[in-house]
Amino acid sequence: MTSVLETSELSKTFTLHARGGLALPVFSGISLSVGPGECLALTGHSGSGKSSLLRCLYGNYSASSGEVRIRHQDQWISLSAAPPREVLDVRRRTLGYVSQFLRVIPRVSTLDIVAEPLRRLGVAADEARAQAAQWLARLNLHERLWHLPPATFSGGEQQRVNIAHGLIANHPVLLLDEPTASLDADNRRVVVELIHAARARGAAVVGIFHDDEVREAVASRCLDVEHYRKSN
Amino acid sequence: MSSDLLLSVRNAGKQFMQGQRLRWACRGVSFDLYPGEVLAVVGESGSGKSTLLRLLASRLACDEGSVHYDLREEAGSGVAASRGASGLVDLAGLSEARLRWLARTDWGFVEQHARDGLRMNVSGGANIGERMMALGARHYGKLRGEALSWMERVELDVDRIDDLPGTYSGGMQQRLQIARNLVTHPRLVFMDEPTTGLDVSVQARLLDLLRELVDQLHLAAVIVTHDLAVARLLAHRMLVMKDGCVVEQGLTDRVLDDPQHPYTQLLVSSVLTP
Repeated sequence: MTSVLETSELSKTFTLHARGGLALPVFSGISLSVGPGECLALTGHSGSGKSSLLRCLYGNYSASSGEVRIRHQDQWISLSAAPPREVLDVRRRTLGYVSQFLRVIPRVSTLDIVAEPLRRLGVAADEARAQAAQWLARLNLHERLWHLPPATFSGGEQQRVNIAHGLIANHPVLLLDEPTASLDADNRRVVVELIHAARARGAAVVGIFHDDEVREAVASRCLDVEHYRKSN
Repeated sequence: MSSDLLLSVRNAGKQFMQGQRLRWACRGVSFDLYPGEVLAVVGESGSGKSTLLRLLASRLACDEGSVHYDLREEAGSGVAASRGASGLVDLAGLSEARLRWLARTDWGFVEQHARDGLRMNVSGGANIGERMMALGARHYGKLRGEALSWMERVELDVDRIDDLPGTYSGGMQQRLQIARNLVTHPRLVFMDEPTTGLDVSVQARLLDLLRELVDQLHLAAVIVTHDLAVARLLAHRMLVMKDGCVVEQGLTDRVLDDPQHPYTQLLVSSVLTP
């Protein structure tokens, strides 16, 4: 099967200079590949490096060694080596990310935050807002919240804003960091449906799913990050 | 994605006399900037970031290295093409007049203290109109119309158009300065600590405005700031400076979330909410 996201011998070690150059190894030698329609679940105890791996896949963390490659506009790009504007273009068109916590921008309404990925793709403001409204409605976020900045929202509400923001652009590759962590059963079910829909349209998904039930419902494979822990 | 370079800096350096000795205020700075890219230059005071900004904007001459700028579409002039020089040009080779022209049309420079970037003895509207007049606009109605539309765009009360900037609040003055700079649709804007010294709520509003304008106008910008949150919000890329040198550069969220250099790690870990 063709893949759209790969790593080869990917390793991550943090070096803490304030601690006299203390090296904190996270994982090493991860080679993975994910194809369209697949969902790879990262497993392992907390602190095992799942989120760090996901951040490496997004280009948010640098790779200490090895490589992250992604299929972008019919070409392979080395995300771990690409210059910033290329990484940003990959994120704009190809690679979506739902982080655990929403980074709130002062004064910007929920609707505009969710619409932003579409705006960056050149979709007109009205159309982008209309689609954002559909996503928020699908995620059961009350309409009275749409025109407010999400700074004061509850954790669950912010997470749904984050999910809508991460999925709205229908990116070919999606990274999901605990997308259901603070959601109730009804909304978890909605998110599971959305992930199924993303896979059905051919998206490749890599995710961390704390909840066993959710993981079993959405994942096609698992990768245990513990196996790649460096020297304990 | 355009691949045409806008600004290309190679090994740029500037030294000043300090006491009896020459000291490099900044040295060995190299980077490329593309249209629509926003670059933040961060570092503590004295790190050389403001000197670097002045080198880039040709307010100071390089003692070492070079700054090249793409003169391809010099705003509305037709002058560039007819005089031969176009494409990436070494700014050190341009005449004073030519640099002034660039600074008034294709570049903007937003000063930390709005008073340094505004003309305090003419009205808010006249401040916005000045650059258009420099480009030859003379029709009063058009100038006023454009000034009004820019006041709205930067969320200034249009009823204040005839008031002197001295009667504006600090946040309003800063927004006026931004309108004054953007009215000629520059391709590149230099900003020196644009939000420093403003109240937090005023800062948030200004940042939000800058974010929108940069996006809408596809502006390239170099923003000097010591505030990492400003860099995170506005910049695609960042340079971290210490003692006149760039110690780390890259994608903004990569540098802030996974800093490599000891100094960047210190800087990021010293902020309460980065």
